[in-house]
Amino acid sequence: MRKRPAGNRSIDLGLLAKNVKGYVLPSLLAPVFVIIEVVMEVLIPREMGRLVDNGIAAGDMDAVWTHGGIMLAYAFLALVAGALSARFASVASMGFAKNLRSAMFDKIQSFSFANVDKFSTGSLVTRMTTDVTFIRNAYAMCIRVAFRAPIMFATSIAMTLSINAEIGMIFVIVAPVLAAAFVGVGAVAFPLFRKMFRLFDKMNSAVQENLIGIRVVKAFVKEDHETEKFRKTAENVRTAQVKAERLLVYGQPLMQFIMFACMVAVVYIGGSEIISATSPMTIGDLTSFISYVNQILMSLLMVAMIFVNLVISSASAARVSEVLKETPSINDSMAEKGLEVENGSVEFENVSFKYPSSSEETIKDLSLKIEAGSVVGVIGGTGSAKSTLVQLIPRLYDVNSGAVKVGGVNVMEYPVANLRASVAMVLQKNVLFSGSIRENLKWGDENATDEEIMSAARAADAEEFIDRFPEGLDTYLDQGGVNLSGGQKQRLCIARALLKKPKIMILDDSTSAVDTATDQRIRAALKERFAGMTVIIIAQRVSSVMDADEIIVMDDGAVVARGTHRELYYGSEIYREVCISQHKGADDETR
Amino acid sequence: MKRAEKNNAAHRSVRPEKPLKTFIEILRFMKKYAWHIVFAILAGIVNVGSMLVGNMFLRESLSVIETFVGGGAGAEESMALLMQNTGIMLAVYFAGAAGGFVSMRLLLTVSTGTLYSVRTKMFEKMERLPISYFDKRTHGEIMSRYTTDTDALREMISNGIPNIVSSVLTIIGVFVLMMVYSPLLTVFVIVMLAVMIAAVAIIGGKGGKYFILQQAGIARANGYIEEYVEGQKVVQVFCHEEKTKAGFKTINDDLCRQETSAQTFAQILMPVMGNLSYINYVVTAIAGALLIASGHLEGGAPLLIAFLTLSRQFSMPLTQISQQFNGVMTALAGAERILKLMSEPEEEDGGYVTLVNATEDENGNICESKERTGKWAWKHYHRMTDTTTYAPWRGEVEFENVSFEYEPGKPVLRNVSFTARPGTKVALVGSTGAGKTTITNLLNRFYDITEGKIRYDGINIQKIKKDDLRRSMAMVLQDVHLFTGTVGDNIRYGREDLSEEETVAAARLANADSFIERLEHGYDTELTADGVNLSQGQRQLLSIARAAAADPPVLVLDEATSSVDTRTEALIEQGMDRLMKGRTVFIIAHRLSTVRNADCILVIEGGRIIERGSHDELIAMGGRYYKLYTGAFELD
Repeated sequence: MRKRPAGNRSIDLGLLAKNVKGYVLPSLLAPVFVIIEVVMEVLIPREMGRLVDNGIAAGDMDAVWTHGGIMLAYAFLALVAGALSARFASVASMGFAKNLRSAMFDKIQSFSFANVDKFSTGSLVTRMTTDVTFIRNAYAMCIRVAFRAPIMFATSIAMTLSINAEIGMIFVIVAPVLAAAFVGVGAVAFPLFRKMFRLFDKMNSAVQENLIGIRVVKAFVKEDHETEKFRKTAENVRTAQVKAERLLVYGQPLMQFIMFACMVAVVYIGGSEIISATSPMTIGDLTSFISYVNQILMSLLMVAMIFVNLVISSASAARVSEVLKETPSINDSMAEKGLEVENGSVEFENVSFKYPSSSEETIKDLSLKIEAGSVVGVIGGTGSAKSTLVQLIPRLYDVNSGAVKVGGVNVMEYPVANLRASVAMVLQKNVLFSGSIRENLKWGDENATDEEIMSAARAADAEEFIDRFPEGLDTYLDQGGVNLSGGQKQRLCIARALLKKPKIMILDDSTSAVDTATDQRIRAALKERFAGMTVIIIAQRVSSVMDADEIIVMDDGAVVARGTHRELYYGSEIYREVCISQHKGADDETR
Repeated sequence: MKRAEKNNAAHRSVRPEKPLKTFIEILRFMKKYAWHIVFAILAGIVNVGSMLVGNMFLRESLSVIETFVGGGAGAEESMALLMQNTGIMLAVYFAGAAGGFVSMRLLLTVSTGTLYSVRTKMFEKMERLPISYFDKRTHGEIMSRYTTDTDALREMISNGIPNIVSSVLTIIGVFVLMMVYSPLLTVFVIVMLAVMIAAVAIIGGKGGKYFILQQAGIARANGYIEEYVEGQKVVQVFCHEEKTKAGFKTINDDLCRQETSAQTFAQILMPVMGNLSYINYVVTAIAGALLIASGHLEGGAPLLIAFLTLSRQFSMPLTQISQQFNGVMTALAGAERILKLMSEPEEEDGGYVTLVNATEDENGNICESKERTGKWAWKHYHRMTDTTTYAPWRGEVEFENVSFEYEPGKPVLRNVSFTARPGTKVALVGSTGAGKTTITNLLNRFYDITEGKIRYDGINIQKIKKDDLRRSMAMVLQDVHLFTGTVGDNIRYGREDLSEEETVAAARLANADSFIERLEHGYDTELTADGVNLSQGQRQLLSIARAAAADPPVLVLDEATSSVDTRTEALIEQGMDRLMKGRTVFIIAHRLSTVRNADCILVIEGGRIIERGSHDELIAMGGRYYKLYTGAFELD
């Protein structure tokens, strides 16, 4: 397969072509039938000429019937072939799109966090929707119109040349001139359209900004100011749009005129040849020619459109290829099959880690051991790499050097599924999915009974509000759980994680939206009911971690202190500062 | 999945409820382009007409040739006639192209101008809608009025409608000319035309049905993709990849089926119509030949050829009309949603009391001043006596038995009464959902109370002009929102006329000066997309500076819970303290230090004030606040 480089992105046609699988036959039949259709359509005017000359002019009715019958057969054949090719092209292109979407979706499911970060989720969604639509349309065009237009163009020209080479030359001259004109208009129009789209984006972000900040706008009574600002943006869009589309306004009537001018030329030159008898031209030939004018120029227009479409969709193809080519950075290549996690101890050995997008190491040569069954709090300012550290445990990211061990075994040696089955993690930015509360909680354990679900909910302090919903566990959550409060969402996420009955439970700032009393209840429940489970709590609030067995204080990618609340209060300046800012004394743990 | 589908259907219907009414409404936006449209249609008629007239001269030209071939005229005479006819033809086509150009150019002005006014009117309207409108809808939903719906409208105005109009004109013109050429032959064409219209109706009708299904399928698939790609990290943490893939497969397969059906009907129309037109061409040719042979067609071969050329021009416009139909319907459905937004009830403002800058005249009476004096007065116009009185602004806020519910039957505040004396700090304390934010929402009339009264210096706030009420209070919200523009623009957001020195002074007061100075372009640094290039702490500092610049008598602060590093937090706290000095302050507190310094603390639980008093009083009381303060209970 040919590869076309486009910056650091390239279209991998081979990879894309794989997705035709299952739709090869319709993909081949569509062009076959379109060729049949074109050939029929090109033969019809020729036959018409004969009908005029041999039939009408000669007054021979048999000839009229013969040629008429042949033409009818051609037209029927063309109709059937055309319809079939449309059907096959639809089946093929939609199937291709389906396969592409599937392939991308499956691929994305295998992506590690590092892979996803590289693309950003928003861009992945666009690639799976808008880009696939562009590629699909381009594919449909490639197997139908891309055959139709050039073949129609070539055969029509051949026909005209065979009837009358001299008149046929009109097209041979006009076609390249027109083609050059297309390219010229395209070259001028392209940047203008790009500018227009950029301004569109700008206008949309202006709206977005106002939607997000509407409270500020209203609080500062800036409605008129914002409207005035928007008016200017919208005015810019209008001007840019007029400038860009004006070119088409010039182009289209010009194209129409050229087409008719060609026809006039055919009639004039053909007519004079007949009158001056300089060639064996007949009135029937002239009839055929008039039809060919249409076909030739229309197909030329189509070729131009194909190019525009291919240019537009090539960017999409590159973006989709990029996703399909990406290799998942976390896999089971070093795993020992069937290896299960024995216990919940966690050990970091000289771990260094750097995000692919950043130039500096986020974690530098960090070593740390957490005993199985202990409750450990992690505290530290933003950017101290708390979240990064715990994400290395279930291999959401892989270390750059050093090793992370769970149950005494390097995490790379477990099959990812086994490792993650025993590590539950409540992420900072957590998500619930559309579906009932029960469906969501069952993510933790598919076979959980309602009792087990409610028991986990109780531990996460979610039972009370679930019971308050009239539909209880059957309450439907909209996408993103928008019908719940932030605290309710977090509690459901904790319950979901608890249902996994993990050996290691990681709470990454996951009680930030619940009040401290609730937070405390949740921690107490965790301690009581899940004895033996290693619990790692990342928190901003000292109160969330102060009764942990051990607290780890992080700063700038390193562990700067560890110990109990009391020990740290007197031993670590950073910790004491945090405590004081949150009004926690050394003895508050005994409250 | 069921609910989601229903929601999607409600937001994204592809069929309008009242297409005609909506269309007329849209026409109202084009009112000022009435002449443009009239001339565009006239030019369009010239364009279509030129094709027909050109065809008549084609017939003439062919006639000249035939007469010569039949020996009816001399070569020289024929040549001259041919030249004359083709010359006229060229001129006619040129006029037609010119007509096309004029028509398209006018329509471009109409479509871009109409969209401009739709957009700006929509935006203007949006800015006037009450906060409740935004709280009830997702941003995405409102955004789609500006994107998807306006795009569809653009397509309809600049392409759909002009195409349909010119197609209808063409069909009528072609038909009339055919009748002129030969009524007898036209009868044949009418039969074929009936077949073609039937084909369009069947294919178009089925296509339309599948088109609607396809749109629903696309919405469903996109929803699933969005949800699971965004939640992919969670999917992985729970090893749910296989299930998620299986779920997508079902939706994807459904979509493929719907799309294939919809596309088949959309794609099949062109070849079917094109070739039916050929069949029509052939049938007419045979019929014409028969008529010529039997001597029933006077014009002979030239007329037949011209007629045939004409008959080929039927199928294109028919196909066009059918193809544009779905687009126009989608656009009208979108237009309906846009019009619905435009007819939403605006934020009400029955207020007439205004806040003015005040000075004292020689007699010590308060009077209005054009300049900013630092003193404020309420300007009260009494209609009964046609007099205007001024009352000094003091900054006292009183809640009297205020009750409020966002949704009927779900009270959020019940019988809340308290008074904030001028220049004091009132701290609102309580757990999430207790009603603290609601109190601030009522204060500046983001929402209007259901029961009771709120008085500002003794004036019912419903009587105060909303703009003045809001100008008299600055809000520093938990989530900071900044706007595109420079750092300076953002600080001056509340008061545009601020000088550079004053801007810097405001930033200094808020402790924002030092980080701004370190930015590459200082106060002229451009902020993009809600200030993403700033840290959380910096954004908070800017928002304090913005409030300081506005310099209002009353402040509403919602302390941020999100954590920033200790150093920045100290800066923010200090900035806040300076900002609060000398103003009446309502503060939703999350830090105990803030609360302790308040003059009055209101502990709110379940929409009621359960405790009130100063820090010392409440501690002495030994109730909820005591528990909070001693750590047995905590703020969130």
